[in-house]
Amino acid sequence: MSLRIVVCVKYVPDATGDRHFAEDLTVDRDDVDGLLSELDEYAVEQALQIADEADDAEITVLTVGPEDAKDALRKALSMGAHKAVHVEDDDLHGTDVMGTSLVLAKAVEHVGYDLVVCGMASTDGGMGVLPALLAERLGVPQVSLLSQVAVEDGKVTGRRDGDAATEQLEAALPAVVSVTDQSGEARYPSFKGIMAAKKKPVESLDLSDLGIEADEVGLDGAWTKVDSAAERPARTAGTIVKDEGEGGKQLAEFLAGQKFV
Amino acid sequence: MAEVLVYVDHVDGAVRKPTLELLTLARRIGEPVAVHLGAGAEEAAKVLGEHGAVKVLTADAAEFADYLVVPKVDALQAAYEAVNPAAVLVPSSAEGKEIAARLALRIGGGLITDAVDLEAGDEGPVATQSVFAASYSTKSRVTKGTPVITVKPNSAAPEAAPAAGTVEQLSVTFGELATGTKVVSRTPRESTGRPELTEAAIVVSGGRGVNGAENFPLIEALADSLGGAVGASRAAVDAGWYPHTNQVGQTGKSVSPQLYIAAGISGAIQHRAGMQTSKTIVAINKDEEAPIFELVDYGVVGDLFEVVPQLTDEIKARKG
Ligand SMILES: Cc1cc2nc3c(=O)[nH]c(=O)nc-3n(C[C@H](O)[C@H](O)[C@H](O)COP(=O)(O)OP(=O)(O)OC[C@H]3O[C@@H](n4cnc5c(N)ncnc54)[C@H](O)[C@@H]3O)c2cc1C
Ligand SMILES: Cc1cc2nc3c(=O)[nH]c(=O)nc-3n(C[C@H](O)[C@H](O)[C@H](O)COP(=O)(O)OP(=O)(O)OC[C@H]3O[C@@H](n4cnc5c(N)ncnc54)[C@H](O)[C@@H]3O)c2cc1C
Repeated sequence: MSLRIVVCVKYVPDATGDRHFAEDLTVDRDDVDGLLSELDEYAVEQALQIADEADDAEITVLTVGPEDAKDALRKALSMGAHKAVHVEDDDLHGTDVMGTSLVLAKAVEHVGYDLVVCGMASTDGGMGVLPALLAERLGVPQVSLLSQVAVEDGKVTGRRDGDAATEQLEAALPAVVSVTDQSGEARYPSFKGIMAAKKKPVESLDLSDLGIEADEVGLDGAWTKVDSAAERPARTAGTIVKDEGEGGKQLAEFLAGQKFV
Repeated sequence: MAEVLVYVDHVDGAVRKPTLELLTLARRIGEPVAVHLGAGAEEAAKVLGEHGAVKVLTADAAEFADYLVVPKVDALQAAYEAVNPAAVLVPSSAEGKEIAARLALRIGGGLITDAVDLEAGDEGPVATQSVFAASYSTKSRVTKGTPVITVKPNSAAPEAAPAAGTVEQLSVTFGELATGTKVVSRTPRESTGRPELTEAAIVVSGGRGVNGAENFPLIEALADSLGGAVGASRAAVDAGWYPHTNQVGQTGKSVSPQLYIAAGISGAIQHRAGMQTSKTIVAINKDEEAPIFELVDYGVVGDLFEVVPQLTDEIKARKG
């Protein structure tokens, strides 16, 4: 029986660009180029490796995001995923994490799945909670923040490097996993992969296809509200000295002046 | 006064500092009721009471250790139902955030993660978040249900505020999902004797410029002279020079100490994301164009192999 893998990927503003908020205090997506969240490349990579080990597996990449988010799907398809699902709807603008997890859960169910693979966190919101929410909504085990993952005999196993300990985890499929950037470098798409991606199917869904009401998502449906966003004042220029043999002592003097010594 | 649930992060009853910070913040919006899961409630209750917990709800069960996250969510939900609080505060660790998220969904309350400050507001608690690698500061609040908010370490100073800290047993029924993810084995991390990275008042980090695991003792010696923790950039971690658990940055730990010293670190955006809220920032780098110098209060352009040992010796000399 085929192993159905769904990989959640997010389209985010490039972190090396100058990111801003728009007037309605949502992320300004016109200002900076978007891309597939780098941390989701690790999720795609692990899905590809799991699929390689399975007799027969199909990988669907899934995103919730605006028109441009197709770029993220294309990148994942060019890495080797088989098909893509794009949930886009004007009413999604300003959705918070509760709404996003609702849409992703419905979309995952729509696609059909044995395993959902996510990144550890997006590089914009960076909450790192979506995989847990998805597991809660789907009613399946969460096996999150894995630096190593494998699927065998209807079970997913993995290693979680926590603050206090390293844990070896195990759960029966279906399950939701998330993988960290310690799980292994993501492959670059090959030229062949890029060409092949152009022919792979991308299914577009809107809220009504998923049976979600407009007021469950978007700015109005959000359970949280951003009241203000202020750019942090640039740090005032500090003192910079060139070491001419006394740099360490000068620094010690500074630290003593600040009462650190 | 409204009660505020505070989830206790502890090791066998030894309460970790971020929880005491939460109690300080909780008192701005109500009366803290602490939730302690696992062993050591009596020991913890003393410290929690000293910091303002009027009550400590406790439950102990093998499930908390044997299965991932969900048993703790079940218990926190039981506490929520017993208390009907005005807000729930959880420390912003990886596990803390997952617990908070699942609880928020179950109780139909909005979730805010990684708050760096918290105030009472007319329409409920107002949380400050530091976002986009600390280039923006936002103020947010929850508009639906009971607010569930996770707070980063070092967001407030723990304050003494003697309260009863009476221990009460919490009765928890585990749901079907509680035993979904089994913890097959657990290898505790060895203690280095240094302060916890995220809680430390001083952090000294080394990067690619340290040029080898054999040179990290230089960084450790400086940290030890200041009583600080040791951090590392991802380049140093990926090269295998220092453990991943010490990585500072977007995919490592996020730190907010009084003093951050970066040696041989260029200051890439992903590194800055984890340290830019530090109060005082110092860098040692031989490249005067390194982006880290844009952030510093004090920078030394120089070879870390010269500057760091001299600095360490000078600090030791001054401390006598
Ligand atoms: C700076 C900032 C702060 C925010 N703070 C809050 C907050 O406190 N509370 C709140 O409710 N909302 C918040 N949001 C909104 C929230 O980030 C979005 O709703 C987002 O879609 C989900 O959260 P995340 O990306 O942080 O998820 P994370 O939990 O960080 O993402 C983990 C993984 O989930 C998957 N994933 C996440 N989003 C998508 C998607 N759209 N499509 C496909 N896969 C996805 C990816 O695999 C990703 O790696 C914030 C947004 C920003 C930009
Ligand atoms: C998705 C993603 C997540 C990431 N997460 C993180 C993260 O969590 N943390 C993180 O740190 N990075 C992270 N990175 C990597 C980040 O982009 C940088 O590559 C990394 O921070 C560089 O580390 P570095 O500054 O030590 O090395 P480099 O950028 O190579 O800088 C080394 C510096 O050392 C200086 N130097 C060399 N020799 C000496 C000497 N003898 N004396 C003084 N100075 C010297 C050099 O001038 C240079 O400035 C992430 C990247 C991505 C894409």
